[in-house]
Amino acid sequence: MANLLQSLTDAFLSRAPGGNARVRQWRESALAQALRVGFPHNKLERWKHAPLRAMAAKSFAPETCTSGIDDSALPPAPRVVFVNGRYDAARSSIEGLAGVRISRLADALHDEDERASTLLGRAFDDIEAPFASLNTALAEDGLLLDIDAGDSERPPLHMVFIGSHEAEGSHALRHRIECREGARLTVIEHHRGGGAALDNQFWHVHLKPGSRLVHVRLQTLDPRHIQFSRTDAAIAGDAQYVRLDVETGGHYVRHELNLNLQGRNATALSGGVLWATGTCTLDTRLVSRHQAPGTASTLIWRGLADDRSRANFFGGIRIDAGADGSDAALTNKNLLLSEQAQINTQPALEIHADEVKAAHGATVGQLDAGALFYLRSRGVPEHEAMALLTRAFYAEALTVLDDDNLFAGLTPYLPVQLQPEGALS
Amino acid sequence: MLEIIDLHASVHGKEILKGFNLKLEAGKVHALMGPNGAGKSTLGYILSGREGYEITRGQILFNGQDISVLEPEQRAALGIFLAFQYPVEIPGVNNTYFLRTALNAQRKARGEAELDSMAFLKKVREKLSVLHLKDELLHRAVNAGFSGGEKKRNEIFQLALLEPKLAILDETDSGLDIDALKAVAEGVNAMRSPERAFLVITHYQRLLDYIHPDVVHVMSDGRIVASGGPELALQLERDGYAAMAAGAA
Repeated sequence: MANLLQSLTDAFLSRAPGGNARVRQWRESALAQALRVGFPHNKLERWKHAPLRAMAAKSFAPETCTSGIDDSALPPAPRVVFVNGRYDAARSSIEGLAGVRISRLADALHDEDERASTLLGRAFDDIEAPFASLNTALAEDGLLLDIDAGDSERPPLHMVFIGSHEAEGSHALRHRIECREGARLTVIEHHRGGGAALDNQFWHVHLKPGSRLVHVRLQTLDPRHIQFSRTDAAIAGDAQYVRLDVETGGHYVRHELNLNLQGRNATALSGGVLWATGTCTLDTRLVSRHQAPGTASTLIWRGLADDRSRANFFGGIRIDAGADGSDAALTNKNLLLSEQAQINTQPALEIHADEVKAAHGATVGQLDAGALFYLRSRGVPEHEAMALLTRAFYAEALTVLDDDNLFAGLTPYLPVQLQPEGALS
Repeated sequence: MLEIIDLHASVHGKEILKGFNLKLEAGKVHALMGPNGAGKSTLGYILSGREGYEITRGQILFNGQDISVLEPEQRAALGIFLAFQYPVEIPGVNNTYFLRTALNAQRKARGEAELDSMAFLKKVREKLSVLHLKDELLHRAVNAGFSGGEKKRNEIFQLALLEPKLAILDETDSGLDIDALKAVAEGVNAMRSPERAFLVITHYQRLLDYIHPDVVHVMSDGRIVASGGPELALQLERDGYAAMAAGAA
């Protein structure tokens, strides 16, 4: 058995994650499934470009690191902060967020809250295992957000996941966000630091009819960190899920983003920038599934790979039978910034309905030499011209937010290489 | 201002310029005419420093300085400007931001103070009104989705804003209708001054009805085969390039 899987099994046995008898039984069968399926290998289509061999050899004990973190640039309240996978009450502050009930999975498990067992009771196909199953087995905490119905203005909620430089263990978190009818909220995930640790995060997002959630994920993890992350969004009729992912860090970061458009006229707008540097591998698997008529998804993803890094992107659109009149558009453009870098992109389209519009396109290229010369011939120095063209390349993905105030608020937390200089058009 | 001496240059190993000579003084407008493939655009690119063009012999002196080893941005800062035959579309880069970056980079390289936003916009407004351009042009991405005429006007606008010493216009008339041609020519004429030289590359005599050159050169197979006054352009129009090239040979 792979060391990594063995060490997580040991973690399960030593920690005995909590819950009532039913939850414990789910945890055990989830672990059994993970062990039965085993650690993935590169022959599997969905794991083709992940550096699995090197990862499988690593092992991770449950996180015990308690050393300090750099909290000099925490975003403003309202915010919730997890440090090395543990909730940090002292650094969290959720005042000013009326109509949003925030609780923790740990408490829900302790109180035998129905929501906890609903969350952990979900079964997965073998193909989704082992990481989703491992999350069920191991997640001891996480956030449960419940946003009241109705259209009220609220400040964005920052959710900060920060790890110590010395961290080298593992933790798993399971979260749930539910927007009730017509609810509105903006949430921003920050993933920072984290040393050489491993974390496994799973987000369930439920949008009730007519609600709108803006969900941003900013990932600037330590270049030694491994993260397995998954987001499942269920979007009801007339609801809108706006999603932006900006990733520049980590050693290996896998993100599976599943957008399920379940009600008539549900929409998803997803932008992403994967900017890999060093020896990092960013590996995103996005699947937009149209399950109801008149649903729409717009997916604008950009990949950049520098040094010896890899950016992998799979973008799938599936339009189910009966989801007539749906509209899906996916673009994935990629920029190779170094000869040793690698980009893998794979769009996939599956249509079982009528009268649909579906478009997808993927490109891999380098900066346009003609454009570079044009800028330089006007006096713009080469490095500035390259920065300008690079920014122009990924900027479109950021437009999904379409909210200058929000974007201005995010700017200080964007990775350095994405700091804007007013060059956008 | 510009002196080109026995210039030989090749692209991908193919020799395009074969002993090109030219002397262009400040305040003058020279027209460079010639058939397709004569090497006119290559000359424009070589003067502005495009990669991939190799000088195998000869010299390019700009105010006495050999510029052949300088980067494109260094040449721009010295005051060399190329109006492109096919201006490049750069989606996502705002025209105003681009122009300010370019202008300030040039000023910085020359040791001049950079312009702040207010001073820059004042200058922009001034140039727009001289060229009768709409300021809508400023809010768009560089040349992205511009019509052929808009692109050429944007080139002339950049020329006006950057105020180079030497302006090379590479077939700025191509693809323009008569109104756009007049507008572009007016812009160029407004820029004529005793300190500035123009090298106007064109296929047709038509542009020279609006921009009156001091000297007309005819180029064929990588070098100048005839030079003369404006009447030379008219003669070309009447007899064609083939006759001119044959006469020279």
